[in-house]
Amino acid sequence: MLIAIAFYLFAAITIAAAVMVVASRNPVHSVLFLILAFFSAAGLFMLAGAEFLALILIVVYVGAVAVLFLFVVMMLDIDIAELRQGVLDYVPLGALIGIIMLIEISMALGVWAFAPEAGGAVASPWPDAVSKITNTEAIGHVLYSQFIYVFQASGLVLLVAMIGAIVLTLRDRPGVRRQSVAAQVGRRREDGVELKDVKPGQGL
Amino acid sequence: MILYDALSGWLGNEWAWLISNVVSILLFIVVLLVMIAYILLADRKIWAAVMLRRGPNVVGAFGLLQSFADLLKFVFKESVIPAGANKGVFLLAPLITVTLALGAWAVVPIDKGWVFADINVGILYIFAISSLGVYGIIMGGWASNSKYPFLGSLRSAAQMVSYEVSIGLVIITVLLWAGSLNLTEIVEQQRVHGWNVFTLLFPMFIIFFISALAETNRPPFDLPEAESELVAGYQVEYSSTPYLLFMLGEYVSIVLMCAMTTILFLGGWLPPLNIGFLNAVPGVIWFVIKVWMVFFMFAMVKTIVPRYRYDQLMRLGWKVFLPVSLLWVILVAGYLVTTGSFPVPVGVH
Amino acid sequence: MDTLHADLLLTAPELLMAVGGMVVLMFGVFAAQKRPGIVNALAIVLFAATAFLIWRQPAGVLATAFAEAFVVNDFTRFAKLLVLLGAALSILISTRFFEREKIARFEFAPLMIFATLGMLMMISAGGLISLYVGLELQSLALYVLAAFNRDSVKATEAGLKYFVLGALSSCLLLYGSSLIYGFAGTVQFDGIQVVVDGGRNLGVLIGIVFILAGLAFKVSAVPFHMWTPDVYEGAPTPVTAFFAGAPKVAAIALLLRVLFDALPHAAADWRQIVTFISIASMALGAFAAIGQTNIKRLMAYSSIGNIGYALVGVAAGTEQGISSVLIFMAIYVVMTAGVFVCILAMRRVDGPTEKIEDLSGLMGSRPLLALCWIILLFSYVGLPPLPGFFGKYYVFGAAVEQGMWPLAVIGILTSVVAAYYYVRIVMLIINGAPPEKPFEPTMGGELRVVLGGTMLFSAAMIIVPGILVGWAGIAAAALIK
Repeated sequence: MLIAIAFYLFAAITIAAAVMVVASRNPVHSVLFLILAFFSAAGLFMLAGAEFLALILIVVYVGAVAVLFLFVVMMLDIDIAELRQGVLDYVPLGALIGIIMLIEISMALGVWAFAPEAGGAVASPWPDAVSKITNTEAIGHVLYSQFIYVFQASGLVLLVAMIGAIVLTLRDRPGVRRQSVAAQVGRRREDGVELKDVKPGQGL
Repeated sequence: MILYDALSGWLGNEWAWLISNVVSILLFIVVLLVMIAYILLADRKIWAAVMLRRGPNVVGAFGLLQSFADLLKFVFKESVIPAGANKGVFLLAPLITVTLALGAWAVVPIDKGWVFADINVGILYIFAISSLGVYGIIMGGWASNSKYPFLGSLRSAAQMVSYEVSIGLVIITVLLWAGSLNLTEIVEQQRVHGWNVFTLLFPMFIIFFISALAETNRPPFDLPEAESELVAGYQVEYSSTPYLLFMLGEYVSIVLMCAMTTILFLGGWLPPLNIGFLNAVPGVIWFVIKVWMVFFMFAMVKTIVPRYRYDQLMRLGWKVFLPVSLLWVILVAGYLVTTGSFPVPVGVH
Repeated sequence: MDTLHADLLLTAPELLMAVGGMVVLMFGVFAAQKRPGIVNALAIVLFAATAFLIWRQPAGVLATAFAEAFVVNDFTRFAKLLVLLGAALSILISTRFFEREKIARFEFAPLMIFATLGMLMMISAGGLISLYVGLELQSLALYVLAAFNRDSVKATEAGLKYFVLGALSSCLLLYGSSLIYGFAGTVQFDGIQVVVDGGRNLGVLIGIVFILAGLAFKVSAVPFHMWTPDVYEGAPTPVTAFFAGAPKVAAIALLLRVLFDALPHAAADWRQIVTFISIASMALGAFAAIGQTNIKRLMAYSSIGNIGYALVGVAAGTEQGISSVLIFMAIYVVMTAGVFVCILAMRRVDGPTEKIEDLSGLMGSRPLLALCWIILLFSYVGLPPLPGFFGKYYVFGAAVEQGMWPLAVIGILTSVVAAYYYVRIVMLIINGAPPEKPFEPTMGGELRVVLGGTMLFSAAMIIVPGILVGWAGIAAAALIK
């Protein structure tokens, strides 16, 4: 009962927030609604018993990715009215394509069937009451054995993304004075301070 | 629990569970907030003492009621919303800050079994919630529609995202050491192996402590609200109750970080020595004492260390903490694998 | 531990490539920030070492690693060697260009290495997930390479266009993969092979269509070719040379792997799609190229057309068809490298030029270079006995063998149309008025080496075509099983 209420609550919020992402006039509000959608999707994961996925969704998407999104959107000087002007022209075409897609997908789903062999493919340890294995452990078991290859390869993809960001944006600015901590720490009293015995009335 | 038993006869298990939980949560929050009131007072007193001042000493004996007087003052002041502000977001921001800060306490065990939700991924939950804390600040800074708040919120976002990285890696070393993401299990492991701070994890304790300062925008990392540069950063336009909520949220997350330090490194509710009469003291007392000790360090840092410059802050986060904590993850994992001394689950359930 | 050991041994070339890429990157950051040439040389050594490891892998067997996420057989070995060849050639011809354009940076070599690694992983993919990850690794590096000359508006446009459309095509591919996975319950190719047998389910059909659309984008086949001319024109010329060669081979090889390893029983379904894409690509490549004045844009349309020819062999769907595709792609890679060397040699004192009309009268000023141009262009036309002829001959032969006469006839007709614009350039080179400002009299040593190699390859194809044909045959046999 409570779970059912929670499910419909989260599901309704997710859908409403997703609609508002597209519909809201202010792009910052769009991003905030996007975050809300992520958040309630995480809630749905949690209800489904996938607590690890739920929290990773929050940590990665809400805590890191969306923050940067928000950052960028806030700094952009977007003229919303101007942006809106063109959108309406494309509505008929967009709606047409959307409707065709919808019909196609519903046609596909209408005759959907799982291959009879499909069920046998699930061979990984499955978190349940009997095996006492937690969600996190279950993911760890396959992530670091069966899927280690793609796991490492994904790491390479991220590395390439990082190199790419640096290649495309980092510029050497000449004449920047950087702090050298080693030089600061390595500096001794003798390097900077000189004691002079000043005779009265003579000056230096 | 008593409430639950009484209600379950009337209403059925589900509703009884709901009501008894809500009541106990409210009770917990009240206790927590009272503690925060005195933490606040302690902060000011310690600061004053280091500066050879007296600090607040007028309201109540030794100023003990000062925080409550402040509370009343904030609540009764006029709440000003700037004309150019984005009203909804402006008011939402402090609410988010305080809700998230309080929400994180749901999984914090203050004694064995004294926890609202003893979930398997407790530490991940705390990490997730604390990574959301930045939203309150960004939204507040942006919605104020004013320069200083926006600069403050940008600084804060960059700072919190940067230090989350090293906090995450520190947490990974701890959970490798404990073999669990469950906070109760992490504490109970320390009963077996000794407090984490006295093990290979000692450098991680230092990094965690400093990162916690940065994560909660405490001095010396209080650049988002650096009063000499940004007046009060993201809080410039806030007044009255919304301001109070911001400040409250900030202190709740400070205490949360103290509690996390206690749980992850200082043995949570475990007594310092496994001796009979020390064990007789309830765990919750030890826990509170430890939290106060950690907070004392927070307060002392605030009084002693001057504020970092922004490039120094970023340098520390990305060029020192990140490599060191990453190295330590490898080191800890390597130690566990080579010696084969994997933590054995102590089974708290 | 034993299986892990065997897995690591089987993936040794890729591991070498990945670790080597990181080492090269670190070397570049700490030791060679100002001397990208050294980093490029290291990358070529790395390619050679990887090729050697692949060469030494046992022949004639099918081996898998990491829970069948990674597959090695004669087909993957052949395709990987071809990819490494194409990538190494592009790095070889790039160094001097970048230095003279003052955009040389050491990150170029690591990006090339990771792009190539992605291609190797694509070719060896044993399931939809490893396919996708390899594809993304390759694509992401290519997006950055396209915009490598970041101060040029055209290069930035190229990078952005490639990135946005590439991301869209990845979405299509992923959506198709999820439909297939939803039906089959597995992401492994051999598992899908067992379950999917054409015409049984509309959802699977839509999945196949989406996957083919995503892959068609990567090989720049019509109707997913829009990005190609702009990206080819905007990217730095050595990068364009790279785009035209190695990624095309990898994507075609991946396409073959997906079609013949995962979906052989749905051949009736995908054959129609491939046939359509093939005809459209051949036609567009031939007709759209006629009006071009920029040699790199021309090469873009030429590559679209050539992919169309390669797809004729795919559509044939037989062992002979696969081997003809491999032969075609091998010849195409070498010829393209040669043509881009010639394009790089189009350089005056005041900088490089890309206009076709600047080739006018080249025969008078640089007879040897002009001769190479003519040989390569006639090879593209498919004039016997040049290598290009063999490529088309085998592809069309495979189609005819399957009774696909119309496809072969359309291919020959579009070849005739394409011959028009190739021959026009040849006429311009021989008969055109000499230019006011001639090209620089010399070209770099590495360009000479690559061009000479291309010519040697052409000669070898004429004298002993059997070697390449034999290798391609062995590779094709491994795929069809």
